This record gives sequence, structure tokens and C-alpha cells, in this order.
Amino acid sequence: MPALDRDDIAHLARLSRLQLTDSELDQYGGQLDVILSAVARVAEVAADDVPPTTHAVPVVNVARPDVIVPCLAREDVLAGAPAAEDDRFRVPRILDQEEQ
Amino acid sequence: MTRDTAEPLMSFEDAIATFDPVMGFEVHVELNTLTKMFCGCPTEFGAPPNTQVCPVCLGLPGALPVVNEKAVESAIRIGLALGCSIAEWSRFARKNYFYPDMPKDFQTSQYDEPIAFNGALEILVETEGGRRSVTVEIERAHMEEDTGKILHVGGATGRIHGADYSLIDYNRAGVPLIEIVTKPIEVEPVLAPAVARAYVTELRELIVALGVSDAHMHQGSMRVDANLSLKPRGRAEFGTRTETKNVNSIRSVERAVRFEIQRQAAVLQSGGTIIQETRHFHESDGSTTSGRVKEEAEDYRYFPEPDLTPVAPDATWIETLRATLPEPPLKRRARIREEWGITEHDMQSLINAGALELVEQTVALGADSADARKWWMGEIARISNERGLDIVQLPITPADVYRIITLTSNGSLNDKLARQVIEGVLAGEGGPDEVVAARGLAVVSDDGALLEAVDAALAAQPDVAAKIRDGKVQAAGAIVGAVMKATAGKADAGRVRELILERVGASPS
Repeated sequence: MPALDRDDIAHLARLSRLQLTDSELDQYGGQLDVILSAVARVAEVAADDVPPTTHAVPVVNVARPDVIVPCLAREDVLAGAPAAEDDRFRVPRILDQEEQ
Repeated sequence: MTRDTAEPLMSFEDAIATFDPVMGFEVHVELNTLTKMFCGCPTEFGAPPNTQVCPVCLGLPGALPVVNEKAVESAIRIGLALGCSIAEWSRFARKNYFYPDMPKDFQTSQYDEPIAFNGALEILVETEGGRRSVTVEIERAHMEEDTGKILHVGGATGRIHGADYSLIDYNRAGVPLIEIVTKPIEVEPVLAPAVARAYVTELRELIVALGVSDAHMHQGSMRVDANLSLKPRGRAEFGTRTETKNVNSIRSVERAVRFEIQRQAAVLQSGGTIIQETRHFHESDGSTTSGRVKEEAEDYRYFPEPDLTPVAPDATWIETLRATLPEPPLKRRARIREEWGITEHDMQSLINAGALELVEQTVALGADSADARKWWMGEIARISNERGLDIVQLPITPADVYRIITLTSNGSLNDKLARQVIEGVLAGEGGPDEVVAARGLAVVSDDGALLEAVDAALAAQPDVAAKIRDGKVQAAGAIVGAVMKATAGKADAGRVRELILERVGASPS
């Protein structure tokens, strides 16, 4: 299992909008490596006849009918927002100057 | 909105003399289900902000999505109508990205296991040499969810650039979407813009015929992204493509493709390279401008959605759904053209006016197709234009129009009175018979009453009466006009003319 290099970690951090220092990049890189190698051991025991799975139990087609159920009250919805204005969620500027 | 910097363009003729365009379309269709894709919140358009949200579509911790069965059904029907194979087993995936239009920070979509794949749509393209059939191959149709709506505040234009902050309404977040993706389309270069137009037109009609979406492009319930690249004539490998967004009318699709062909040709010809990016289409001048540089697919870090179970439709259900498919619009149009004896141009006018179904229903009630077309495409279409409404939104039904046609053909109404009946029906005065009764609109068929008016008119214009008597029968028009005026338009003009000629003793020629 190829380890994540420092550039990979920096790239992932950027995609997640996390600002990591150089020492944090080294620290998390090491930790992620440990996690990935642990997970990689599963691949060693799973032969080709074992398909990748996303569920512990083999369930399919869990669906609901197209029926409306009550929504949350707007004041409750916006109570959880860090900022609100005009009945909407307010978020900081999305694009920074350098990304324009 | 105009372009910030005008980019050089090559003429379309020069561009297609040197390069072969390759197109691809991603069309998002918002389904008309009552509820969202993964929760029971309503999907009604135009509700007050953030009133149609719940823990699931807000991505609150611990909330668990469950797929809408009706949305899966619609997805399968779209897939079948496009001649796709339906996956026996397909999964949802998380498409991770950092943007506040989805509160979960990912969109639930499908990645490598779409519900439908490998289909084709036959379209008819207008060419100088007549209509030509082209087959557009469909790569896949998959299920996903729509995003919230962002309002950018501050800055000059309400655009994301220069905004101080943004406000978000999550009512639309989670509304079911089907994304339909074509395989690369390579056609005779000169036809590319027309093929683009014909594809979107045909696909839209198919969606409407299936009844799975209203597919209003201007309201965003059908959205088209147009991919385009060029390759120098004779080269096999594709060039770098751009993806033009916001193309929200059928005409715009054609314009956007044409513009990108001209722009990319100019860049390549001058030795430049095309950047893989999204571009924004501008309705005002038909141009596109650079948007963001496209993230690579792997940057979305797709992975199977652990909170939803796989969708594994059984064969019986698929066949049941196949049996519900409508007649393909292309075949239906050909059949109707034949039955009504009209041209493709007439047909397109009916479709563009949104009147095809209404005329068809009126004919089904027993009306002659020419009469039905005349009223729907004439007076009623005129009023719908005047009011800026879709014709189907007007409060008049095929049954009303059929009744008006019946009253007109049996002589109870003339065209002028019929127009007043339409006006009355649209004003909510009741059905045609009620309007006729209430407004007293029936044609005066009592010859006695008409003769009285004829005699009065002849007496009032003795010189005209003399001319008619001398054989100048065309002069009768003036008397007919006077009688029509005296009867407030309620007379049958043909009968009035006969009576005038009888009265003065001229022969009706």
C-alpha cells in the first residue's frame, strides 16, 4: 500500500479547506499512514471472490413512499446557523481574491 | 451582462473548415416528485426560504436518508425510454466538495454504478438538404440530488466575484435530479449547433411525455451543460474540452455550441491551448466566459454511500415500468403529421406554442384538426402571448374549445362571436354555453329580425342599393357591414348577403 506523501496530505487539506502547518502535515501524514496500513490488511485476507462491501448486512431496496412529512420550523432551522439573515443561512465570502 | 474582455473568435465557416467539434451534454432534470430524494420534505417551487428542510437534507448529525421510491421509478422510466440497460444492482456515492450549497459538504450522487447506462436517442436535425435522422448515444442516466440556492450579497452585480457574503436557502437541497450524460457526439461539423438544439429539444419532449418533470428550462427544472472540444481535421484523439453551464433555453444551447467552436478555433489557430474549465453562458450576447478551473474527478473523492442501501430493481418491476412508457415523441409527431396532414413546420409551431397536447385532446373529442389548430394557435395563443402565460395555464379546456367549434360549425356562432366566447370563458364566466347565454352571443338566425335590419340599411344608403340592383353585387359589402353593426356582430354575414341580394332582386353571384 503506497503511503500518502506530503503533497497528498497538503492537497487533501486544501480540498477540505484546512490550513495545516508544516509540522502538522508531517504529524497527520504519519497518523494517516498507520490507519491506511491497518485498513490495507483487510485487502490481504479478502480474496478476489470477496466483493467490496459498504454494508455489514446484505440489504437492498430500502425505500420510502413519496409522501410529504412535516418539516422543521424555520426558527429551529436557523437557530442552528452560526449566522442568519433574511430567513437564510449567512456564510462568509465564498471566493477569496486569489481564487478568482 | 456583457463580456469583461472580448475574446477573439474565428468565423464559424473557417472554424469548421479546419476543426472537427466533439460535443457532449449533461442534462439535469428535476423530478416532479412530491418529496425530496432522501427525505419527506416537499419540493414545491417558490416556497419561503428554508421552510422545506429537515435534519436529513440539512445534513444534521445522525440523520439518515432513505431513497424516494417514486424517484427511483422515474429514473428507471427515463432510462428505459432512452433505450438504456437498467442496472440490476446500483449504489449511491458521496461526491465530496467544499461549497455551502450543500450543508452536508457532499452531494449524494451515483458514480461508477449508475441506475441506467448505454442507451440512445434518435433525433431529427434540420439541414439544408432536409431533415436528417441522427442517433445520439447515451452514456448513462443517474440519480442525484439538487443543491441549495445561494444569493450573493455585496459587490456590483450579485455575482460570486466581489461578493461580501452569501445567503443560502436549502429548500432545493435534496430535490431529486436525474443527470443524463451523452457519449461524445461527432457529426458533420456544420451540423453541430443544430444537433445540439435537436438533442435537447427531443430529450425535453421525452421527459415531458414521460410525465416525470415539467422540464422548464427557464425555471431550472431542466438544466443543460454543454461540453465541447475541437480536434484538427484528421486527428483521432480528442482535444481539451470546456463545459458551458447556465445554458437555460433550447436556443441558447445552439448558440453556446456555436460560440465555443468559434472561440476555441481562434485559440488553437493562434497556437494557444484550451484550458479545461467551466464556462458561463451569457444570454445577452451569446458568449461564454471563463468560470472555475474544473476539479479533477478524483478531487471529489467519491466513495459508496454507507447510509443508503443499494438499489436492485427486480426484472418484474422493470417490465411493469416499461409497459408505462409513452409513444416516443419522434414517432408520435410523425403519426400526427400524417393524420392531420400538416408539415413538420406546423408541428414545430404547435410544440413551441405548447399546444400540441391541447389540440390533440380537442381532436380526440371529435373536432376537425384544422379547426382545433385554428382556435388554439390563433385567438388562444394570441391571448397567452399577451398575458405572458403558457397556453396550458389559461383557464380554457379542450372540451370548451370543442364546444366552440361545434357551435361555429352549426352556424350558432360566427368567428367574431366565437372570439367573444373565448374571452368570456377565460374571464371565468363559465363554459361556452353559459357565456353565449349570459352575453346573448348567438347568431341572429331569425330571418325576420335580419330582414328588418337589411331593409333599414338599404333605406339608409339608397345609392348603394341602386348599384347592387344594377348588378354591382360587390357593393353589397357596405350593406352587410351596416347590418353586422346594427346586430352587434351577431348575424351570419353569409346569410345577410343572401338576404340583401334577394331584397334588391339581384342574383347572388
